[in-house]
Amino acid sequence: MVEWLNPLILMANFVLLPGLVYGSQLALGALGITLVFGILRFSNFAHGDTMAFGTMVTILFTWLLQSWGVSLGPLPTALLALPIGILATVLFLLGTDRLVYRHYRDVNAKPITFLMASIGIMFMMNGLIRFVIGPGDQNFLDGERFIIKAREFKKLTGLDEGLAIRTSQVMTVVVTIILVIALFWFLQRTKTGKAMRAYSDNETLARLSGIDPERVVRITWILAAGLATIAGVLYGLDKSFKPFTYFQLLLPMFAAAIVGGLGKPIGAIVGGFIIAFSEVMLTYAYKKLGGYILPEEWQPDGLLQLLSTDYKFAISFVILVVVLLVRPTGIFKGKVV
Amino acid sequence: MRALVAFAIMAGLLAAVWHVQSPTVALGMLNLCLISAIMALGVNIQWGYAGLFNVGIMGFAALGGVAAVLVSKSPVGEAWTAGGAEIGITLLCFVATIAATIFVHRKTRGRRGHFFLVMLVAVIGYLATRHFYGPATDAIESVNPGKTGYLGGLGLPIIFSWIVGGLFAAGAAWLVGKIALGLRADYLAIATLGISEIIVAVLKNEDWLTRGVKNVTGLPRPVPYEVDLQQSDWFREKVEGFAADKLAGLTGDAKEDMLSGLITEYSGLFVKLCYAGLFTCVLIVILTLCVLALNSPWGRMIRAIRDNEVAAEAMGKDVKGRHLQIFVLGSAVVGIAGAMLTTLDGQFTPGTYQPLRFTFLIWVMVVVGGSGNNLGAVIGGFFIWFLWVEAEPAGKWLIDAATSGMAADSGLRLHLIDNAQHMRVFVMGLVLLLVMRFTPGGILPERVKAR
Repeated sequence: MVEWLNPLILMANFVLLPGLVYGSQLALGALGITLVFGILRFSNFAHGDTMAFGTMVTILFTWLLQSWGVSLGPLPTALLALPIGILATVLFLLGTDRLVYRHYRDVNAKPITFLMASIGIMFMMNGLIRFVIGPGDQNFLDGERFIIKAREFKKLTGLDEGLAIRTSQVMTVVVTIILVIALFWFLQRTKTGKAMRAYSDNETLARLSGIDPERVVRITWILAAGLATIAGVLYGLDKSFKPFTYFQLLLPMFAAAIVGGLGKPIGAIVGGFIIAFSEVMLTYAYKKLGGYILPEEWQPDGLLQLLSTDYKFAISFVILVVVLLVRPTGIFKGKVV
Repeated sequence: MRALVAFAIMAGLLAAVWHVQSPTVALGMLNLCLISAIMALGVNIQWGYAGLFNVGIMGFAALGGVAAVLVSKSPVGEAWTAGGAEIGITLLCFVATIAATIFVHRKTRGRRGHFFLVMLVAVIGYLATRHFYGPATDAIESVNPGKTGYLGGLGLPIIFSWIVGGLFAAGAAWLVGKIALGLRADYLAIATLGISEIIVAVLKNEDWLTRGVKNVTGLPRPVPYEVDLQQSDWFREKVEGFAADKLAGLTGDAKEDMLSGLITEYSGLFVKLCYAGLFTCVLIVILTLCVLALNSPWGRMIRAIRDNEVAAEAMGKDVKGRHLQIFVLGSAVVGIAGAMLTTLDGQFTPGTYQPLRFTFLIWVMVVVGGSGNNLGAVIGGFFIWFLWVEAEPAGKWLIDAATSGMAADSGLRLHLIDNAQHMRVFVMGLVLLLVMRFTPGGILPERVKAR
């Protein structure tokens, strides 16, 4: 009777949901990159490690809270520790800006100098993270793991395919929606947000209109720190925390920001989902889906997997290259300085 | 003058290691310093001469490493008969797909349905390639998987791989350069970062080619083996002559024991010295070529392009062509160094290629040494490698001293001492930032001749 629902549930469970969650995480990360690029006009190579730094602080406080016996019931304790992680990251980024980047702004250095300075900061953060928490895997998820388990879903609906929804997945999507709405409200409606957009569009004109550049830069770092920490914590709750994985997220995040158009917040979000869904759809093995929708005699022998998951970087890279060749400004006409 | 002082200090540091730690440590460090210096030279060609920002050094070094395997290992005949032809067809299919895609793209550009036609050709080609690829790799990988499971190499002396590694890296650089050069600098950085991750992913997963994470060990050497030296008579005589004063006054069994101990020690040192000699030759050749190139009209043109692209283009210089040339040349040098590194290790381990160690550390070398100055890149390579190696024990010692007030079995103290090795990453970042801020020219700044 409802046989046709099975393939749909299968795809929702293994493609739609993971793509949505991963896309949200990438979008939040890419938003930070694109904001820094729009205002400070350089590609921040330390962004992956900023995410890892914020997540590390959050994890440490989560452990502290857990040892005190504090918990949020079904939700992960990490949510309570998150503000402290954000605060620490904000302070760290403002500190690096004061000590490193501000000098280069004062001497009007080229974007590439900023980029190299960000590599220096990446090194320092990376060293600090490995020193404090170590290079290994950390799992800090607690509370209720699932909202619906695959088995319960099957029993509930009587279908052959199960749909498992994890708490961390729902949390990621909900938090992303709230953050994106809040960010766009801030950029479009508040005076500070308008000042930021003006500064991003035309620096000289903005300075002449009396916008304080240092304040705009500070706000940008604060936003970048907040977004990076939240993205990092959500990614860590959903998968797991490993410093090197966070470094490797740089490539898909940059790809997302460039595909959408560097400096354009809306582009970073769209780009994040494009990259995430391409990765998930190209690396998923469609054998089981074929079993549902193809007639008996057409059944393939292989896994029907287009690309092994080991090559998921290649997907971000190919998308990046195609965009660079076809439309270097990205979908939403970002900056090409 | 400044260069002389810098190199004298560096020699002094290595001599100190020789005496304080041990000659073996010092020579091992020297060999890696030499390789680092060559890599830094390659990056200096790109960044120092032309201002091209390449963050894919790891990938080019890894390609050099593959070259070492493919040149020196003896071919696995069984694997070739099992899947050689099929893998050939697969590669043909792959190349044909790319050629057909580009052809269709060129022919239908600007017309309706262009995008779909190109995608159609690409997808059909991809499926055809996959059709041959699966059985071929399965056949090859199932041939004695514990020991071989790959096609093997050509069985030539490994020293040839240094040239082949350079060619591999040059080929990859040409492809990347065609795509990403001419866009803004950040894009080149991100594109090279991506390509290096992909190269390493390929080397880790294509078992039929490189055995993947199972590693290829026991690569042949360009220098003698310790065991052979210990058994040869001439080496024994040399040691006897060399250590005459230590052996004097000893007789019988005591002398024999002393001598065999010395032979074992010296054979290790001798092998390392042989490597050092080979590497120094390569370094001197490349350095000489670099110095000559930089002082030639070609070098002046490159620097003119770096300092003002628009003006250089207005003077009729082919900016894009020169950039591609520079990018290929620099990457080739990195590829050579990568092949040398794998030769020195005697094994190819794709899992050890980490961007921090193979890309960003080389960058620190170039910036600290002095970008645009060839000798600067060399001294930067020496100095930063020295720091990288020595920062580990120094960090441990420092943490140990700083936490000596705590109880010996305190969990925090043990954790800190355990992780102290990672502080060197922090130190590198600090050194990079400090040099960039306070001596932007590095140890040996670029010399600008006033004419």
